[in-house]
Amino acid sequence: MKIVVSIKQVPSRDSLLRVDAAGAWIQEGDLAYEINEPDAYALEEGLQLKEKHGGEVVVLCAGPARAAQTIREALAKGADRALHIEEENLGAFDPLSLARLMARALELEKPDLVLTGLQSDDLGYGQTGVIIAELLGLPHATIIMQVEKQNGGIRVKRELEDGWFQNVEMPLPALLTIQSGINKLRYATLMGIKKAKTKEVKRLTAAELGVTPAASIRFSRVYPPEKSKHTQMLEGSPKEAAAKLVEKLKFEARVL
Amino acid sequence: MNILAILEQRAGAWHRMSWETLAAAQQLGADLQQPVSAAVPGGEVGGLAAELAGKQLERVYAVEHELLKDYTPDGYAAALAQLLAVAKPRLVLFPHTYQVRDFAPKLATALGRVLVSDVVAHRVEGGEPVLVRQLFQGKMNVDVRFVGEPPYFASVQAGAYRADRVAAGSGTVEKFRPELSAAAIRTKPLELFRESQRAVDLTAAEIIVSVGRGIKEAENIPIVKELAEALGGELAASRPICDNGWLPMERQVGSSGQTVSPKLYLAVGISGAIQHLVGMKGSKTIVAINKDAEAPIFEVADYGIVGDLFQVVPALVEEIKKAKG
Repeated sequence: MKIVVSIKQVPSRDSLLRVDAAGAWIQEGDLAYEINEPDAYALEEGLQLKEKHGGEVVVLCAGPARAAQTIREALAKGADRALHIEEENLGAFDPLSLARLMARALELEKPDLVLTGLQSDDLGYGQTGVIIAELLGLPHATIIMQVEKQNGGIRVKRELEDGWFQNVEMPLPALLTIQSGINKLRYATLMGIKKAKTKEVKRLTAAELGVTPAASIRFSRVYPPEKSKHTQMLEGSPKEAAAKLVEKLKFEARVL
Repeated sequence: MNILAILEQRAGAWHRMSWETLAAAQQLGADLQQPVSAAVPGGEVGGLAAELAGKQLERVYAVEHELLKDYTPDGYAAALAQLLAVAKPRLVLFPHTYQVRDFAPKLATALGRVLVSDVVAHRVEGGEPVLVRQLFQGKMNVDVRFVGEPPYFASVQAGAYRADRVAAGSGTVEKFRPELSAAAIRTKPLELFRESQRAVDLTAAEIIVSVGRGIKEAENIPIVKELAEALGGELAASRPICDNGWLPMERQVGSSGQTVSPKLYLAVGISGAIQHLVGMKGSKTIVAINKDAEAPIFEVADYGIVGDLFQVVPALVEEIKKAKG
């Protein structure tokens, strides 16, 4: 089975975010980056399917030059090779034109299965996978917690709300968006890290793929959210703050 | 030109977010001075459409076909594309449910449009809607405008609009039967199921102590367990903790777990991603303990302590024991 896993590099979870001077995006200069967490689970699922059924795992990543680090980490975990759509200004692409970019690259690969995380931790649209499926004419399912290969296709477990699930069957080729927690993530081994250095990373550009940026939506302002509640911040040493909280819970909120 | 709210039902029962979306559509309709209609797709939706006819709506589309009885993305996207060709809405609103996430981007793409997903608020500027959505798991907001020709597509986040604000009135029910063929539906949905009977009913707990990523390791869970015990409350967790198997899935609070509204909810080391917030923001009193002063959890908290949970929580246990004598 040939599997392409689409991954994204995002600011790391603990990043302190600041709006840039124009109020159009965040200050990127001093941020650290990492793989989008649901994409890490999608990669792991791809690697496990390959281990079970044979084949190849190809990583697809659209991002600026710095994304090369995240791609290397995916190769170190066991992906066979990678496609890097290298563009410095991906912000000019709306979700549809970005998905077009990725769909073009996928057309070159003709995979049996495309996996990606259910959403990104930065933009959080939760729709890139579904758009790609529609552009490529593939059946899809989202928020997947289990993938089983069966005759002529796959059977997947879709997560629904409030603890419900549903099994869905579909033919291959297909696209799945993977939910965090579907599997146990592996760490790269020293051997894996060493091997990754020799693995192929093919660089592509939007121009080579014949896709131009499009903006059917526009960000007019980025800003920190207003608080919806008045939060009383309790200060002091841990002991002092704890004592203040107990006081508040007992006499103000009256829940103790 | 109008606003169309596409609502969700399963087996004849409304998804609770359908009413929130209807309220959002009516408010946008008032602000944009445009009529609002609603549609409900399914196998047999006559009763639900009749219920909608009692709301302030221009039209109510009962989108019925036997192939819409069980949800599939192919069936829903095809049926709704046909409805949009007839209804010609300017703006289409959905509840941001798991099902909508599965088919709405497909529908928008088929029409060459982009869905603005997970909207938390709106305003109108120069006669055009400006939608607010969250970035970076709720750490930032962004104002989004549509560019180009309608129809525009957006989905509304759980809890962003109040269901009890839906305005009553009257609307005309129209049946709409799309042309669908079984051969064009590529996915085969099987039965719905739950993993196991829930041994823990968090919804009945008066006090909940919930733990998140900040706890760092499974070995540290007893630190918060002790706090739950000192308070006489239940121990719960955000999704990553259950994903890692540090606590069972049945103790998960959030969109994929349980929705709780206890008298007291203590969030320890939880940053407050929206998937968690929708499961607990109805709690009467919320306390957040987190090392990051800008964590979104503080936006819904009544009391906050910025600090190292490994120091704050043991101190809190001691103070609670003292207070309880």
